[in-house]
Amino acid sequence: MAVLKADNVTHYFDGLAAVSGFGLNLEPYELVGIIGPNGAGKTTIFNLITGVYKATQGSISFEGREIVGRSPSVITALGIARTFQNIRLFKELSVLDNVRIAHYARVRYSPIEALLHMGRFRREEEEIIGHSMDLLACLKLDAYADEVSKNLPYGLQRRLEITRALATRPKLLLLDEPAAGMNPNEVSQLMEFIKWIRKEFNLTILLIEHQMRLVMNICERLLVLDFGETIAQGLPREIQNDPRVLEVYLGEVQF
Amino acid sequence: MDTPPIKQILEKLETKRWLFPVLLIFVFALSLVIQQFELLDPYIQLIIMYVGINIILTLSLNLINGYMGEFSVGHAGFMAIGAYVASFLTVKVFPAYMAGWLFPAAVIAGGAAAGIVGLVVAFPSFKTRGDYLAIVTLAFGMIVKSVIENIDALGGPRGFLGMEKLSTLPWVFFWVLLSVWVIRNLIYSNFGRGVLSIREDEVASDLMSVNTNHVKVLAFTVSSFFAGIAGALFAHLLQFINPRAFDIIKSTDILIMVYLGGIGSIAGSVIGATVYTVLLEVLRPMGIWRMVFMPLVLVLLMIFRPKGIMGLREFRWFVPARDMLASRLWREKKAGT
Repeated sequence: MAVLKADNVTHYFDGLAAVSGFGLNLEPYELVGIIGPNGAGKTTIFNLITGVYKATQGSISFEGREIVGRSPSVITALGIARTFQNIRLFKELSVLDNVRIAHYARVRYSPIEALLHMGRFRREEEEIIGHSMDLLACLKLDAYADEVSKNLPYGLQRRLEITRALATRPKLLLLDEPAAGMNPNEVSQLMEFIKWIRKEFNLTILLIEHQMRLVMNICERLLVLDFGETIAQGLPREIQNDPRVLEVYLGEVQF
Repeated sequence: MDTPPIKQILEKLETKRWLFPVLLIFVFALSLVIQQFELLDPYIQLIIMYVGINIILTLSLNLINGYMGEFSVGHAGFMAIGAYVASFLTVKVFPAYMAGWLFPAAVIAGGAAAGIVGLVVAFPSFKTRGDYLAIVTLAFGMIVKSVIENIDALGGPRGFLGMEKLSTLPWVFFWVLLSVWVIRNLIYSNFGRGVLSIREDEVASDLMSVNTNHVKVLAFTVSSFFAGIAGALFAHLLQFINPRAFDIIKSTDILIMVYLGGIGSIAGSVIGATVYTVLLEVLRPMGIWRMVFMPLVLVLLMIFRPKGIMGLREFRWFVPARDMLASRLWREKKAGT
């Protein structure tokens, strides 16, 4: 069964179609990339999938369940997590707290139990701390657990954002320009890293990226967006030679 | 591993665990004795009680403005609801000879009434934040004031009196403790982390599975509950309330105490409320000039210490050991196994 199935999704901003007729079928464990010029509607698609925007038309289903109209917190709890184009960590909070917050939907104790520090509260809190620290250790961030997250170097902030997303225990991970602001060497590391987390956490990954090297190397399938429309999709090699894609990226090509 | 001190810290915390309740009981007993035998000048007692009431108010507003990062400017409205509901109960509803015994019930009723109204005010906060939510809360404060002014049973603009002086040192002390305890335990829980994440980045918070609407309702309800409690205590200390006592000036006072002490801090709330209340009293001989001096202090504070005295920091004893030592305990456990 498809992990994510988007069917004819259309979204208007004040009458302007930001995304139109978008369709996507993500199979388990796939790694798919979305590319396209700035303003093509890539991030809008992420916002539609995660419920930040409600699609004007069309349907999006996650593991067979319709998710259009559900709130972002519910959709995340179902198993879709994401990172952001410009890092959006909880800046003033510690690295550990950033990851602990992502366990919110997992908690079963009530505010009253928290107030009285009852058994279930203590047990669950210990569990959350344990799981958060294990995850941080897994992504080699445990040494920074008590640092205020805004003080981390840029690369680690990116990695923390991914860690935080993983803490929600997603099945589908959406990465919005994970390589933004990275040098070629860091991009190479990131490619390995993305492949590694996919394996380690058994994830389906959908990513938006401008760095062609990354996209061509790790994505199994690509979608090209321009002005909200999907103009091409297929294997990276096919996309590379698609005349419509070349036109979008390089201007009209003379044959 | 260079972490032997952790054992000591833990042992220290273990041995200190009984110390805190004992200290509290001691201070509580002391306040009882002081009140019973009038060991302190009544004026000093009055100031201490004002400090206590202001601590409750500051803490409760800090939950919204400091921890959650919203900007509520109508906090005196909740205080007014608590004050009027409790006073109405002790004066008009409860039989006079029972008023003293039923005082706690009246205070709780005042807090609960304010809490319910706070729950309603939380709804606009789902869609609105920042400046616009500030205007909503501002309007709320005005509505409460004019509603009270138009209810004859509550004395309208003339005010309401007839309360006995039921707010005593032990009672104020008890409520201060309860509010510190509640806010601290909530902040260091899943709910509290939700509150903090809303301040840091509401969109990211939603996308990290935090049910921001639940968190906001809970925060507004708890905050207004304690504002109502403070109002009830205030009314039974002053023994006279009128709608003007709960206008925008009062709300501003609470805001000042929050930002003076520092946002997102229990210690800051206690310090802010204490410093502001005591300073205003000490400066009374300056007459009208204290209203020049105090704002000046605030301007200087905002320039040289924009986060307030304790902004985003906390005294160690307000932080549960589990949270303070989380990463170290985990490492200790890993090293052990």
